Parts: sequence; structure tokens; C-alpha cells
Amino acid sequence: MNAPAKIFDVNAVRKDFTILGRQVYGKPLVYLDNAASAQKPDQVLDGMRDFATSEYANVHRGVHYLSATATDRYEEARRKVQKFLNAKYEDEIVFTKGGTEAINLVSYGYLSATIQPGDEIVLTTMEHHSNIVPWHFLRERQGAVLKWVDVEDDGSLDIEKLDAAISAKTKLVAVTHMSNVLGTITPLKEIVARAHAKGVPVLADGCQGSVHTVVDVQALDIDFYVITGHKLYGPTGIGALYGKRALLKTMRPYNGGGEMIAEVTREKITYAPPPARFEAGTPPIIEAVGLAAAIDYLTGIDRIAAQAHEHALLQKARAGLKELNWARVIGDAPGKGSLVAFEADGMHAHDLATILDREGIAVRAGHHCAQVLMERFAVASTTRASFAFYNTTEEVDALLAALRKARDILG
Amino acid sequence: MTMDDSLRELYQEVILDHSRHPRHFGVLADATHMGEGHNPLCGDKVKIYLHVDAHDKISGISFEGKGCAISQASASLMTEMLEGRTVAEAEQLMGGFLHLVKGEDASDLGEDDRDRLDVMAGVSAFPMRVKCATLAWHTMKSALEDGGIAKSE
Repeated sequence: MNAPAKIFDVNAVRKDFTILGRQVYGKPLVYLDNAASAQKPDQVLDGMRDFATSEYANVHRGVHYLSATATDRYEEARRKVQKFLNAKYEDEIVFTKGGTEAINLVSYGYLSATIQPGDEIVLTTMEHHSNIVPWHFLRERQGAVLKWVDVEDDGSLDIEKLDAAISAKTKLVAVTHMSNVLGTITPLKEIVARAHAKGVPVLADGCQGSVHTVVDVQALDIDFYVITGHKLYGPTGIGALYGKRALLKTMRPYNGGGEMIAEVTREKITYAPPPARFEAGTPPIIEAVGLAAAIDYLTGIDRIAAQAHEHALLQKARAGLKELNWARVIGDAPGKGSLVAFEADGMHAHDLATILDREGIAVRAGHHCAQVLMERFAVASTTRASFAFYNTTEEVDALLAALRKARDILG
Repeated sequence: MTMDDSLRELYQEVILDHSRHPRHFGVLADATHMGEGHNPLCGDKVKIYLHVDAHDKISGISFEGKGCAISQASASLMTEMLEGRTVAEAEQLMGGFLHLVKGEDASDLGEDDRDRLDVMAGVSAFPMRVKCATLAWHTMKSALEDGGIAKSE
């Protein structure tokens, strides 16, 4: 017999997130906008403050004590990200200011130097704008062709359609690990295997996927994987690009400045090796320490139990929306992550969100930076509730009650 | 006022009726001016068509668009109120309307106009929604300023 599933102690983790105790318009805050940005535990905020008040200085520069301490902490953060993603080498982790910058870095540093008119980039219709616009740059400026793989009606990705889109002209497959609207978790390992069979590298936008799944870049054999700190319960202003060492070595830098060079003379420059080559200027040092604290926090909880808890919240919300019968859920792929977006008959998402807001409930309304997907499903805007491990079943009840109230007001 | 009261005031019956049954909805065949407005944050879109006659009077007006109840109702109400006014009067009314929805002193509105626009006053309690209410009006203004439709004859 299997051991019984561990019960996730949601009330214990909620104590770590001070903001969850506040009220909005006199009602308890129900924060269901986690896919836009997650709240930060005290361990992250205290960790940043402790670092800034006792060990802070610029990194990789001074010979003094604090500079050495800060450099140690910054590089320790890099090793924590390495471990979190199970990268083979720590120099495969490049700190960026977020997921968007990491994808732009690959677009510029990896592809733009070599891409030719007619070369193809394969992507799906469920990508966030951050995994669309950097590739559009290559189309607009260098004649690259974007090849779109459409998602199925339930939001899932057909691996055969993706495979068929990869041709001899394909230079990269750029795909989300988890859709921020549909919740779909893509079969990354299979995608990588299919692409590699044709000699094509793969980039995954892991801004959502790294939050809700355990990522192992070596097992995936993926070439580039992107994360952002603020969705991982860490601070804003920090993210990371994982890139295979051999690929990062071939890439040209995106920003020029201090720390990314080996030598500068009047006539020429030589670049530092990765990851320093891609980290020009003073990096987000305090934020890197905060990200490390967030990773410590996440790896300190039972992530499997946390995922089961998030999944239970999703199931409850999904069932409740079905009962309402005026809400059309967009995205029902098997094994989807813990968020649900829906369109409401005769009610615009912004009107709904305004009413929910006055009940203390924070949801996202709009196109979610995924206009290609909105067009695919022929919706102008949707309302999205996205769950974190600190959300409760009572909060799902509050959401459903507020939706009934909205229906009452808006008719 | 309780929270529920302010929500009920925002979504009062007149607003919901305008948004469900918009007046002057569609393309205006003999339009002399047209403007397109877009709120990239929420994806709301509106087109305003105007026919301005030789006496600078708005003799015809219509709109097309998609959006929330507030933006649709505001556009519908605007078309009702502007028909028959001069361009100068339309711009003056817009000034008063903007004051009203931002919760500022709207004493520049005439008494009748104030009464008719009062259904939109509830927006002032929802700062994030003011843009929804003003989209059609700004679009109307840009149509009059830059949206002249060239005629071949």
C-alpha cells in the first residue's frame, strides 16, 4: 500500500507571508494573481535586509572585506539557482533582470549574429509576449520567419504538430514550459528530443513552469531555460538564463560595460567568459541574495505536497466555475498547472474584476500579455485566478461567492 | 456609502441598459470624421463616427466597439448627448464630463447635462476605471481634430 499523501500545512506557510494578513476595502485579502507576481515570504525580505545591513558592497571589484563577502553571497546565489535547476555547471547560470531580459539575451546574443532571411523560429500560439516579441525583432530586422504551432481546443500542445513545424531552416524552438493563461504544461522532454533529432536547440520560458514543477535541465537536455525571481516568491529585478556551457560560449554580449570584459584598450576589447560576459555593470546584488532566499524557502517546503495542494485548489475552482454555467474556461489540458482563466457570458472581465476587487479578491483581467492566444480562442479578455501554495480552499469559496455576486450586479 | 452601494451606483440600471442596448451603434454612412481609440491595457477598442455639417454642428454620430460595461455605456450615452450640438459645445461638454468622472468640480456642466451625465459619476470612486469611461470621449475629440475623412468630390 502506498503511504498516504502528506497533508500540506497551509496555515503554517501563510504565517511567513505578512502581506496575506492585510485587508483590502475592509475585507481579508484574497490574493489570486500569483501568475502575475507572487508575494514574498518574510525569509526573503529579512534575508535581503540582513544582507544589506551587514554584508553589502559591490561585487567582483574591491579588495576589501565587504566586497569579498558580497561577492561570496552573489556567487552563492548563482550556485543555488544552479542546484534549483540541476544545471551541471554554475557558469551556465546568467543573472538577468528577469525572464524578459533573459529571452532577449538569447535572441540577440545567440541568434541575431547568425540568422539569415528565411531562417525559422518555431513557437506556439500560447506564448507570453516576452517569448514572442524578441523573435519578432529577428523577423522585422533580419527577415527571420516565425512558424506558429497552434494549440488544441483544450489548450494542449500536439507534439506531432510541433515536430512537423521543425524544418531544415529552423534555428530555434521557443516554447513555454507552462502557459500563463491556459495553465498547460508542455511536454518539454519530448519537445527537446524531437528538436534535437533535427539538430535544433530549444529554449523554454520557465517563468511559470519553474514555480509549479520541479525542473531538471540536465534530464530535459534543454539548451536554454528562463526563470524570473518575482514569480518564484523572490524579489523583482532578478531572473536567470540557464544556457548550456557550449552555447553560452558562442554568444555575443548584449550589454557592454564593466565586469563583462577581459581587456579594454584604445583599439580593441576582449570579452570575459560566461556568465560575466552577459552581466555588464553592477548586477542586482541584493535581489540575487533575495532570489537565493526564495529558493531556500521553496526547497525547504514539501514541494510535492504543495503542488498537490495547489492542484486541489484548481480542481475546486474548476468545478465551481462549471456549476456557474455562465463561465467558459479557456484551457483544460490534462495535468495543467494551478491557474484558471475564463470568459463570462455578457460580462466583461474588467467589470468582473472590479467587483471581485471590492470583495478583497485580486485577480487578473485582460489579455494577459498573450494577444496571439486571445485571438486563437476568439476572446477579447478573460479573468484569471492563479493559485499559490499559500492559498486556501476558503479563498476559492470566496472567489466563487464573489462571482455569484458579480452576476447579480451585472445581470 | 458602503462598498456595495458604490458598486451598485457604478453598475446602475441605466449603465447596464446602455451597455446591453447601445444607442447609435454601427457605422455612420455619411461620416465626415472618424476616430479610433484603443486602451492597450485591457484591449478595449472604440470607433467614433461623426457628421459635422456646414454650421459646425454634429448632425450625425455613431460608435462601434468592444469593451467593458463602463466604456460601452459611456460611448452610448455620449452619442445621445452630442447629437445636434456644435463642435465647440461638444468639447465643452467633454471638459465637464472629465471633471465629473474624476470626482472634480463639475460645475462647468449645465444643470440638464449634469443630470443626464450623473449616472457616470459613480466611476469617480473607481480610479482604475476612469480610463474606461473617458475612452469614447477622447476618441471623439481626436476624430474632430485629426479624423477628417477626405471626400473625392
